[in-house]
Amino acid sequence: MEALVASAIGVLTAGGVYMILRMRAFPVIIGVSLLSYAVNVFLFSTGRLAVNAPPILQKYADVPYSDPLPQALVLTAIVISFGMTAVLVMIALGAYLEADHDRINIREGEDDGDLPSDEKGQDA
Amino acid sequence: MTGGTSLLAIIAILPFLGALVPGVMIRAGRNACASFAAVPTVLALILLGTQAPAVLRGEVIQTSFEWLPTLGLSVSFFLDGLGLLFALMILGVGLLITVYARFYLSSADPMGQFYTYLLLFQGAMLGIVLSDNILLLLIFWELTSLSSFLLIGFWKHLPEGRQGARMALTVTGAGGLAMIAGMLILGNIVGSYNLTDILAGGDAIKASEWYMPALILILIGAFTKSAQFPFHFWLPHAMAAPTPVSAYLHSATMVKAGVFLMARMWPALAGTEAWFYIVATTGLVTMVIGALIALFKDDLKALLAFSTVSHLGLLTMLLGFGTKAAAIAAVFHIINHLTFKAALFMTAGIVDHEAHTRDIKRLGGLAKLMPITAVIGTITALSMAGAIPLNGFISKEMMLEEAAHTTWMNNPWIVPVLATFGACLSVAYSLRFIFHVFGGKVRDDYPSTPHDPPFGLYAAPALLTVFVVLLGVMPHLAEPLVMAAANAVTGQETHPHLVLWHGITPALWMSVIAFTVGGVFYAMHGQANRIWLAMPRPEAKAVFDWIIAQCVGFAKWASEITHNGAISRYLAIFVSATLVLGYMAFRSGPIAPPTREMLPVPFPVLIGWTILVAATLLVVMNHHRRFLALVFISMIGLAISGGFVYLSAPDLALTQISVETVTIMLLLLALHFMPKTSPRESSMALRSRDAGIAIAAGVGVAALTMAFLVRDFDSISAYHLANSYTGGGGTNVVNVILVDFRGYDTYGEIIVLGIAGLTIYALMDALLRGPAAKRLRARDYSQDRSRDRHPLMMVVATRAMLPIAMMVGVYIFLRGHNQPGGGFIAGLVISIAFLMQYMASGFAWAQLRQKVEYHKLLGWGVVIAGLTGVGSWFAGKPFLTSAYGYIHWPPIEEFEWATAIAFDLGVFLAVLGAVMLMLYSLSRIARFAGETINIDPMDHDPSADAEMTEAEEA
Repeated sequence: MEALVASAIGVLTAGGVYMILRMRAFPVIIGVSLLSYAVNVFLFSTGRLAVNAPPILQKYADVPYSDPLPQALVLTAIVISFGMTAVLVMIALGAYLEADHDRINIREGEDDGDLPSDEKGQDA
Repeated sequence: MTGGTSLLAIIAILPFLGALVPGVMIRAGRNACASFAAVPTVLALILLGTQAPAVLRGEVIQTSFEWLPTLGLSVSFFLDGLGLLFALMILGVGLLITVYARFYLSSADPMGQFYTYLLLFQGAMLGIVLSDNILLLLIFWELTSLSSFLLIGFWKHLPEGRQGARMALTVTGAGGLAMIAGMLILGNIVGSYNLTDILAGGDAIKASEWYMPALILILIGAFTKSAQFPFHFWLPHAMAAPTPVSAYLHSATMVKAGVFLMARMWPALAGTEAWFYIVATTGLVTMVIGALIALFKDDLKALLAFSTVSHLGLLTMLLGFGTKAAAIAAVFHIINHLTFKAALFMTAGIVDHEAHTRDIKRLGGLAKLMPITAVIGTITALSMAGAIPLNGFISKEMMLEEAAHTTWMNNPWIVPVLATFGACLSVAYSLRFIFHVFGGKVRDDYPSTPHDPPFGLYAAPALLTVFVVLLGVMPHLAEPLVMAAANAVTGQETHPHLVLWHGITPALWMSVIAFTVGGVFYAMHGQANRIWLAMPRPEAKAVFDWIIAQCVGFAKWASEITHNGAISRYLAIFVSATLVLGYMAFRSGPIAPPTREMLPVPFPVLIGWTILVAATLLVVMNHHRRFLALVFISMIGLAISGGFVYLSAPDLALTQISVETVTIMLLLLALHFMPKTSPRESSMALRSRDAGIAIAAGVGVAALTMAFLVRDFDSISAYHLANSYTGGGGTNVVNVILVDFRGYDTYGEIIVLGIAGLTIYALMDALLRGPAAKRLRARDYSQDRSRDRHPLMMVVATRAMLPIAMMVGVYIFLRGHNQPGGGFIAGLVISIAFLMQYMASGFAWAQLRQKVEYHKLLGWGVVIAGLTGVGSWFAGKPFLTSAYGYIHWPPIEEFEWATAIAFDLGVFLAVLGAVMLMLYSLSRIARFAGETINIDPMDHDPSADAEMTEAEEA
């Protein structure tokens, strides 16, 4: 189980990092979402994994409980990351409408050599 | 400790308070402005005077307030002899300068600004000399650099002023940084940042292996401030400042700060070979070089500036000798240099003011035109030369006496000879100052015909001249102050014996030589000047400019490489750097063996994992088709929710699934107005590079997670589990943590969420007023639009579901304290119920039926949560302490009540308001994108059709 959780976090992180390195706003937003998943699960897992042990106190039985603290922290983190995504989306949308393109880099020609040199500096 | 201790803090803060006044008082006129600028100085002087007798008796006055005790930073002041001497100098000369500047500055100069800067500087200097905490001292030290920058560049229209100010700031600021490092080392050695402790810990410091680095770093700070070779070059360029500034900063105070620091640290640092060779040699070299350059300067202020460099070198050398007698000589010379040099600067200012030039070549014969100024200038210049019976003579004799006894690298001749040579040069340039300005015939080609200035302008230098003569004839008057200061410098008992006539000593012979040779130098100045001008000399400013240009070039190169406007590149660098750091941290220590057994993997979980991984890969592979990517994203969210359920986190599962829903709605809404595809524009190489970084990051995070998942740890969670029911009155520990244990966090978080909502609202508002609105209108979205935008099935279903969804929301909210649920989740559930109405019947239809504004909801949420927290104050408990109890209603079960539910209600409202505000703001765009407004709940209403048919049939 631990290996599955760890690898899932790894895959989400890798996907998120790859996506935030793209050149358009929308993939970057998706990348941030993926990273949010990864981070939330990561934080949650710092409380270690437990099955059938929700942190709901039982009056009449002495049972194990999973760690409630990371859960409480992650709960607010999930809500806050929604707020962050929303702000990001809004900024991206605004930038797209103002600039008429959703490229995130200022001068692509100089970026990483992915465009021919004669296009350098056209887009300021 | 005596009764008047807090007076020290008041003295230190007075100039800063006073600095606020002149800027305002200038409206009442220049005299009022200058008078009010003088008030804090006078007050501080009086307060200082009340403490002086005690200090002269040998007491040390201390006062201390804690500021940041964890950093060792406290607001501590102390006043000993050295502090008293410098404080008197700073305030006394400050007062004279205030008077002088009133008459010196022209009506075009912003006088209010000038006095504000001057008082700021005065406060910073006072802070340095009174600080008992080296961190506090460093703060004041940097403040002097900053305020002197403002003063040197006071005439903003002069390029020399601006350049000189920048140079001074760069050199002294850089030195200050070095000194910070040195001081921190000292503090570490001694284990305290209190100056008194450091001075007492001199032996430990000198024995430490960190002594050399600390010494060098601190000396760099002191040398740059006091313009010691090779950092001397900034001082002459700072002469672009108005003359009152030069007289104050560059003769009396700021440049002496370095000397003060060396004197202050004397007990902690002095007395070693390293100290002697570094400090004394630097001082000696500076003294000779400064005097040599001064001789060939034609600008009066430049001559005085290099002379100041030379005298600062003299002081440094004396402190470097490390003997008691040398310390006494240094202290006395500090006083003497202040009196004659400040007066000389003011004289130069008067000449400049009256003749409109301070070029020696264009002056001469002024003695007849401005006799009072000539008397002042001549007496003080003679003191600078060290002529009997003026005060400069006595301290120079004492210096020569010390030099005569000093051997340098087993050579008994080199120091006395060089010191005498410096004295010769000093005589020569002083004579030049006197005869080339005041002597000779009256000329007829002055830029302006000079005459003696009004009393206000020469009052200050005249008073200083009185001191020059008085201290020369009756030096014993200064004995108590010199003794107190010298005691403080050396940390031992000293017995200065200041007399004009020491008898026939080697020093006297050296003086005689100095005057004879100096006279010859002066006579030969014409020829020597030609040789000097023909000689190649390294120009310090050119070197400085070259170094600065190199630094700027490097900074430009570095920022162009890393900061070229390509966010992708920053992110790549950031992720890679984080990876490298993480790897280094991982390699820095061993890792303990695993302590936890791995849990088994049931088959359904494996399926969930496969879905998650596959969906992530599909997102990455299909991200060019944006709708498709969103579909896969939602799969990931669902898989994670399932994982939370399985791994005993029901609250998280509920939150995740509801947040997932609103997130997808949000992204869909945004995508409607954005391109539906991303072009393929990355090269194969770039994609491989990114994939490499991404995989490395993924592997790193996975390895880290794996590493801690199989190991046990200690945490504070047990406390929460144990106290949730008894302390918070709830069995859902996660909820109790949110509303009770860490309620403050939650309170902050709902505020953040509210701010995010309002930000989005404001952004959208600004956007729709800008050019974007025009673009929206011009664009045709009709192709993307569904033919049946408000389908019958959906409208009916959402309408039917609304009450049910509301019920679920209320239920989740109410049970939250004891079972999975709570304000966060309920807020999300209810907002989804509302959003469904918006989706089904359109923005306008839903908006018409919305009665409460979302801002208000948001605001009330925060207010209710806050008031609940405040409520606990009335019960005498800290903010956000919750209370709970039970009510028995006989026929039914017992009911629990808890104040936490009111807090949770606030959370609920804030979440609901924020989420709705965000999506509402986004959908407002539609109005600008040519969306038609629908009044009806659905596009085709069959019941309306049926009525129509019925009507037609009838």
